[in-house]
Amino acid sequence: MATQARQRQRRTPAAAASGERLRQFYKDMLLIRRFEERAARAYTEALVGGYCHLNLGEEAAVVGLMGALKPTDYLFTNYREHGYALMRGIEPKKVMAELYGRVDGVSKGWGGSMHMFDVTHRLLGGYGIVGGQLPLATGAALAIDYKNQEDVVMCTLGDGTAAIGAFHESLNIAALWHLPIVFAVINNGLGMGTTVERSAAEPELYKRGAAYRMESARVDGSDPASVCEAAGKAIESARGGKPYLLEVVTERLRGHSVVDPAKYRSAEETERLKAHDILRVFGEKLAADGILDDDAIAGIEKEVADIVTEAADFAAASPHPDAGTLFDYTYASPVPNDSRRLPGQPLFEPLPLPGVPT
Amino acid sequence: MSLITYRQALHDTLRAEMLRDENVFLMGEEIGVFEGSYKITAGLLAEFGEKRVRDTPIAEEGFAGAAIGAAMLGLRPVVEMMTINFSMLALDQIVNHAAKIYGMFGGQARVPMVIRTPGGGGQQLGATHSQNIELYYSFVPGMKVVAPSTPADAKALLLAAIRDDDPVLFLENLALYNTKGEVPDDDTPAEIGRAAITRSGTDLTLIGYSRMANVASGVAAELADSDGLDIEVVDLRSLRPLDRDTIISSVRKTHAAVVLEDDWLTYGIGAEVAASISDGAFDDLDAPVRRVAMAEVPMPYAKPLETAALPSKDDVVGAIRQTLAAVGRRTAGV
Ligand SMILES: Cc1ncc(C[n+]2csc(CCOP(=O)(O)OP(=O)(O)O)c2C)c(N)n1
Ligand SMILES: [Mg+2]
Repeated sequence: MATQARQRQRRTPAAAASGERLRQFYKDMLLIRRFEERAARAYTEALVGGYCHLNLGEEAAVVGLMGALKPTDYLFTNYREHGYALMRGIEPKKVMAELYGRVDGVSKGWGGSMHMFDVTHRLLGGYGIVGGQLPLATGAALAIDYKNQEDVVMCTLGDGTAAIGAFHESLNIAALWHLPIVFAVINNGLGMGTTVERSAAEPELYKRGAAYRMESARVDGSDPASVCEAAGKAIESARGGKPYLLEVVTERLRGHSVVDPAKYRSAEETERLKAHDILRVFGEKLAADGILDDDAIAGIEKEVADIVTEAADFAAASPHPDAGTLFDYTYASPVPNDSRRLPGQPLFEPLPLPGVPT
Repeated sequence: MSLITYRQALHDTLRAEMLRDENVFLMGEEIGVFEGSYKITAGLLAEFGEKRVRDTPIAEEGFAGAAIGAAMLGLRPVVEMMTINFSMLALDQIVNHAAKIYGMFGGQARVPMVIRTPGGGGQQLGATHSQNIELYYSFVPGMKVVAPSTPADAKALLLAAIRDDDPVLFLENLALYNTKGEVPDDDTPAEIGRAAITRSGTDLTLIGYSRMANVASGVAAELADSDGLDIEVVDLRSLRPLDRDTIISSVRKTHAAVVLEDDWLTYGIGAEVAASISDGAFDDLDAPVRRVAMAEVPMPYAKPLETAALPSKDDVVGAIRQTLAAVGRRTAGV
C-alpha cells in the first residue's frame, strides 16, 4: 500500500491521465460484469423473458471499442448488446427496464434483451437475426457518405456470423463504395456450441478483409487499451473513406444465452476460463502497476453495485406497457383500413337478419 | 403403441429412417455437437458420425441450397432450420429452386428433401423470432407443407416427408415438443395432402393445424363437458396440398365453421380455408366462417402486449359461441 502511494506521487501528468483512463476502463468493465450478472439473476427470477445473451468475458472488447467512438458515431450490433448499450451512455436503468419489458426501457419494452435502440445515443439497434445488422450498418454508412458527414458507423458481429452471406455482400459493397464503416468481429471462439474452427474455413477472420482489399487487423480482446487503440486506428481509416475489418479475439465466459449450460465445453476449458477471467487479470495488473489499490477497487465495486441495484429497482417499479398500445407501432404513417383487431374480434359485427329479433 | 413426446417421435423417426436408408442424412445449425437447439437430434452425431449428421455454419441459404443440390443427385437430406424465422434467409433457394426444379426442367430432376422447422410464439422472443410464416411456403406450387399436431402424426408425416420425392416443409411447433401421445410401432407413412377428423360432431366444425389443432381438440372437449356442445374437429395436417374435401364435407354436416391459426389473419392460411368453405359449402352455412388468428402487429417483447396479440383459448370459445349464436338467429328466422 505504501509503495503504491509513493509510486502515485512520482507519476507524471501524462501517466496520471493514462492511469485515470485505465481506472475508467476497469470501472466500465466491472459495470458490464455486474449488470450482466444481475440480468442473469433477473432471468432466473422470471423478471426477464425471451432470450438473454450476456457480454460476460467480453467486457474489455466492449469497453475498448466503444471508448474509441465519438458520441456522434453510430453503432449497429447484435442481440448480445447490453454492455454496448451501457457504454454508449444509455442509463443502466433504461437498459434494465428494457430487459424487464417495461415502458421506461430503451425500446419501450417492445424489443427486449435482443433489441435495444436509442437514437440519441446513436445505438441503431441490437438485432436478433444473425447478420441482419450488416447490410443496415452499411446503408447507414452510405447515408453518412451521401450527406458528406464526418460520422462513422461501427458494426459489430460474432465469429459465427462471418459465415452468413450478408457478411460478404456488405463488406464488398462497403469497400466498393468507400464507406465510412468499421466491421468489428467479436471472435469469442463460439457461435452457440460451434467453434470458429468448425464454422469458418479461414478461422483467422480478419484475413477475409483481403478479399475486398480492405485493411484489417486482429487484436487481443482481453485488454481494453489495446482494443481501444486498434479501434481508434480502424475508425480513423473509416472516417477517411476506407472501411476496415477489425477482429477482436475474446472469450465467452458462460453459455450462449442464460439458459445454455454449455455442456459442449470440457471441464478443463471451463476451469481455464475462470482462472483467466479477464476482469480479474486486468484488475490485478492495475494493482501491480500501482494504478488501483484495494480501497479503490472496493470503492468501485460499491459504486457499481449501487448503480446496478438502482437499475433493477427502477426496472421493477416501471409499469408494464398497456395492452391498449398494441397497435401503436405497426405503421409510422397513419393509413386507412389498418387491421387493429385483437385475436378474438370478428372482422364484421353480425348484421341484423330481416325479420329476426337480435 | 408407446406413449412418447412429440420430440421423441421426431427423434426416433429420424434415427429409424437413417438406419433404413443410407441416403438419408441431416444438416443444420447446432444439430450435432450441441445436439439440436430443441434436442431433436440428441445422440445422432454420436451414433451416425459427421458424415450423416452435419453441423453447418450459420448459412441458411448456403446449406438449404446444398441440400437441394444433394437431393438432385439422389440423396435425401433432412435439413433443420433452427426456427422458421431463420428459414427466410433461405427463401430464395427453397422457393426459387427447390420448388421449381422438377417443373422448370420438364420433370427430369427430383428434389427429395425435407426442411424441418419449428414455428410458434408466446415465449417473448420479439418481432423477428415469433412469426408463423408457413404460409410463405404453402403459397408455392411445387412445395409440400405438412404440420403435425400429435406425436403419432409427427412420426407418420415425417416418414412420408422423407420418402417423398418432392421438397417438403415439415412444420413443427415449440409448444408441441413436450406434448405426449400414443405412437404406433409400425412405420406406415401418412398420406401427405390429407386432413383428419380428430373428433366428430354435428354442431360446428373447428379447424386448425399444428398447435392450433391441439387447442381445437381441447376446446371441443371442454365445451362438450360444460355446454353439451358437439363440435367436430378437423386437423388440416397438410397445408399444401390442402384437403378441401374433408373440410367441405364436415361443414356440410355441421353448417358452421371456426378456423384457428397461429399466423396473421389477413391473407393467412385461414383465409384460404374460409374461401374454400365459401366455395364448396355456401348453401350449407348457417353463419359466417370465423377466423381466430394473431393480431396483425410486429410481435412486441413485453408480456402483456404479447399475450394480447396471441389467440387465446377464450378467444376461441368466444368465436364459437358467437358463431353458434349467429346460427341460432338464422335458424330461428328460417
Ligand atoms: C439467421 C439466423 N440463424 C440462426 C440464428 C440463431 N442464432 C442466434 S445467435 C447464433 C450464434 C451466433 O454466433 P456468433 O456470431 O459467434 O455470435 P455470439 O453469439 O458468439 O456473440 C445463432 C446460430 C439466428 N438468430 N439468425
Ligand atoms: Mg461467437
